[in-house]
Amino acid sequence: MLDLLARLGHNGLKKLEAFGSAGIILMQSLIARPQPATMLPLVIKQIHFVGVLSLIIIVVSGLFIGMVLGLQGYTILVDYGSEQAVGQMVALSLVRELAPVVTALLFAGRAGSALTAEIGLMKATEQLSSLEMIGVDPLRRIVAPRLWAGFICLPVLATIFSLVGIFGGALVGIEWLGIYEGSFWSNMQNSVDFSEDILNGLIKAVVFGFVVTWIAVFQGYDCVPTSEGISDATTKTVVYASLSVLALDFVLTALMFGDL
Amino acid sequence: MRIRVLEIGVGAFLLMGLVALLMLAVNVSGLNFESKGTYRVYARFENIGGLTERSKVTMSGVLIGQVTDIRLDSDALQALVEMEISKDVDFLSIDSSVSILTAGLLGEKYIGVVAGAEEEFLQDGDFFEDTQSALVLEDLIGKFLFNEVSE
Amino acid sequence: MDSFDDVIIDIKQLSFSRGERAIYDNVDIQVPRGKITAIMGPSGTGKTTLLRLIGGQLMPENGSILVDGKDIPRLNRRELFKMRSRMGMLFQSGALFTDISVYENVAFPMRVHTDLSEEMIRDVVLMKLHAVGLRGARDLMPSELSGGMARRVALARAIALDPEIVMYDEPFAGQDPIAMGVLVNLIRRLNRALGHTSIIVSHDIQETLAIADYIYLISDAEVVARGTPEEINNATSMKVRQFIQGLPDGPVPFHFPAGDYQSELLQDS
Repeated sequence: MLDLLARLGHNGLKKLEAFGSAGIILMQSLIARPQPATMLPLVIKQIHFVGVLSLIIIVVSGLFIGMVLGLQGYTILVDYGSEQAVGQMVALSLVRELAPVVTALLFAGRAGSALTAEIGLMKATEQLSSLEMIGVDPLRRIVAPRLWAGFICLPVLATIFSLVGIFGGALVGIEWLGIYEGSFWSNMQNSVDFSEDILNGLIKAVVFGFVVTWIAVFQGYDCVPTSEGISDATTKTVVYASLSVLALDFVLTALMFGDL
Repeated sequence: MRIRVLEIGVGAFLLMGLVALLMLAVNVSGLNFESKGTYRVYARFENIGGLTERSKVTMSGVLIGQVTDIRLDSDALQALVEMEISKDVDFLSIDSSVSILTAGLLGEKYIGVVAGAEEEFLQDGDFFEDTQSALVLEDLIGKFLFNEVSE
Repeated sequence: MDSFDDVIIDIKQLSFSRGERAIYDNVDIQVPRGKITAIMGPSGTGKTTLLRLIGGQLMPENGSILVDGKDIPRLNRRELFKMRSRMGMLFQSGALFTDISVYENVAFPMRVHTDLSEEMIRDVVLMKLHAVGLRGARDLMPSELSGGMARRVALARAIALDPEIVMYDEPFAGQDPIAMGVLVNLIRRLNRALGHTSIIVSHDIQETLAIADYIYLISDAEVVARGTPEEINNATSMKVRQFIQGLPDGPVPFHFPAGDYQSELLQDS
């Protein structure tokens, strides 16, 4: 029993320590003298890697989720004779919740795990040490551009996700199920508020982008540099990032829409 | 050359994000960029019922503005409602009346404006003098019951 | 104990441990300027750790590491990074940056530390690549190189800034005999030609004995022998003899510490 307690405390302390070093890594890589000349090409490269290459998966999943929402919303709302509210339902659920959350989850699986593996492999092949010995801080050279790219990409991806999803919903609702087009769009426009809904959704996406990239980069940087360690770190990235996104989503929703 | 392709790709990606945001703003939230600004007017109500910030302000059913602030006026002990009215609607006479209405039976509360007859118009910072509070269902039922009993 | 006229790295009373295990216990090492010094010892004695300590990537628990009179563990970040620009290190795996070409790898330290024009950088990169015989491979990516070639490119990168100290971490490990010969030659030639101080960490006895001017033999967290290659070759200590001649058993035991063999076999699990 005492042993169990001791192990619990030990694990707790280790988690706390990891959290602390993650914070230090974050601070050191972001609070650096900005050097736009060297930084910009690196950030662009990373945006290409985590953003542009994630575009297809985002567009496809956005389209399908929007279509499913349209279909489900219609079958429920048609019973109450208010099927023209499908547009409003699709748009609100996408913009407020599904776009930031699903994008963040896909991002964690697609780009986050790749980031972890890449940085972990750099550590295993001594590239990080080698940077240090050349006199370059790997936090600034490797970690910082990836963090910035994650920051920038997730809101962009979430916005595209929303838009594609809404058009997917419109396609199903208007073209296939025959909801009157005018009321579909006007209902949507009446209920969706730019700052209340769209901007809040964007803020969520920024926060998620930050958290997911932070976890991914930290897991890569902190991993045991063996093949087992890297695979372990990649799994952890996806699990921790997904859990953090879902938990944070609740907190943010409560803050933004919950009148707390 | 490979770098160029990469940069163009990233540029197009960011541009797509911006365009998507713009389309969301215009098509989905109906954000109107053409609005030529707003002016503020105020009204005091005995009871605002369920009126909230960002509630609509309409005239003859046409949207002309929104509620921007609600607070308690400590001197008059009444609710003070601040509204932003679109600059296009600059013909609200000073004796216009405002009332808090309900959309449908149980729908959201909004403010309805009925124009008056004066030649002088409301300016930024002016007050609606003629206000009608929200109908509160409980009061209504209470009054009805009281009348029944007293008869 | 010898002492050198001109010591560039002076390590005094160094202690370092990993977990419970002591890697170094009160160790003194002097490295003479302009010479090739080898640190030898069985695997797992923390030879690479020593290079990391000199490079300031690890902090010792005790003792000082003076490089040209400056104590590495007491330098602040900026001073440390400045000091590192005077060192070159060849990592065991080469540690080339896999996302940029051979040319860019060699140019990297110059782009970071100097404001040289693109033409100057080009000239220096080609010179360094020529020195390691890989001028023709400049447009390849690191993944297209063989192990020996990768290590030579890494060497070109390590000497790109003409450092005062070049550290080699197991330069011969896992190389075929030809690549090994090339590297031995290269290290010796570069050391003579550029006049830098070389530190080689290795357990490849013949190659190391062939090029080193001075050798430290490390075992069990201590320096067990030091001297010129002849002195080491002629040492009488059993530990040294075992290592030099590659005997399977001796003072360095074949068996990892364990309980009594028979009683463990007979034991019910």
